[in-house]
Amino acid sequence: MHELSLCGAIADIVSRRAGERQVASVHLRIGTLRQVVPDTLDFCWAMVTEGTHLDGATLDVDRVDAVLHCNNCQTTLPMADAISLACAGCGSFAVDVIAGDEFEVTALDLAAV
Amino acid sequence: MGRFHRHEDGTVHSHDHGDHSGYATGVERVEVLERIFDENDHCAAHNRADLAAAGVCAVNLMSSPGAGKTSLLHALLQALAPSTRIGVIEGDIETSIDADRLDGLGAVVELVNTGNGFGGECHLDAPMVRSALVRLPLDELDLVLVENVGNLVCPAEFDVGEHARAMIYSVTEGEDKPLKYPVMFRSSDVVFVNKVDLLPHLDVDLDLFVSNLRRVNPSAPLIAVSARTGTGVDACVAWVRELAASVAAVR
Repeated sequence: MHELSLCGAIADIVSRRAGERQVASVHLRIGTLRQVVPDTLDFCWAMVTEGTHLDGATLDVDRVDAVLHCNNCQTTLPMADAISLACAGCGSFAVDVIAGDEFEVTALDLAAV
Repeated sequence: MGRFHRHEDGTVHSHDHGDHSGYATGVERVEVLERIFDENDHCAAHNRADLAAAGVCAVNLMSSPGAGKTSLLHALLQALAPSTRIGVIEGDIETSIDADRLDGLGAVVELVNTGNGFGGECHLDAPMVRSALVRLPLDELDLVLVENVGNLVCPAEFDVGEHARAMIYSVTEGEDKPLKYPVMFRSSDVVFVNKVDLLPHLDVDLDLFVSNLRRVNPSAPLIAVSARTGTGVDACVAWVRELAASVAAVR
């Protein structure tokens, strides 16, 4: 359950950016290649923020599907299955991950003062 | 692609991107765009730089609980420690049991207890490894072996500054593990297949395990070993020596 320490890292980023201002929601972008379970993240977020100035802020997660560029057949295609990091066209493993490994705080919504 | 929301009344639902009609009023949007792993990865870079400056090779040992990390480490230290100067970083949630088992084998052992007040971390991250790394006499070492916390999910997500990741898979774990935990198997540079002395007593289909492994990791070398009997330990030692030599060569 590394979501707990990930939530600690998210809270650090949010606190640094928001300062003393009240945060309504935190927007995250999470690629499907990341082993992050949204419900677990929510659960851990509530634990980590309880009693802090971030208590009550919600997490708003955009999932990003994996896309691979194949250096063998030079195509860019969505990952064919959830397991193999191989080109959906030719099966080569000589691929670059174009999308799907994101794990970012993209924005904050601050509550009106 | 839906968005997950948990509202104050406890309900969770998703709706399409752009629909914020429920709470759009009175909200100020601050663009951030920061990678959540940045702090870890910066620290991992520091670890890597310190290791490079001292000419020390680091290997991150990962496996499920009970696969034999400490037993194999014990066998590796017995074979390597006379000629190679080794530091060991032991990740363990609460106890020093593993560190105690490695005492007296000629290596410098530093323990990282990952207890965090919430029941303990399930992995080592770069700052945790750093806390032990700075206590090791790097200038007097050739090799650092990091024994991660036993877990097939979380350790794979954290770069700790290692040169290579070695996974220990034991033959009692079933053939399907690479498909269930693809990220860890994918990120491994070598797979030590441990407990092969038990094969005569098991129904495990090792060929099926290998074909499953190749679906997620086409190239990592596979080394059959028994830490208990010593079979294959030589091949594991040779892999470690080759890696250490390649790190020393680029110094």
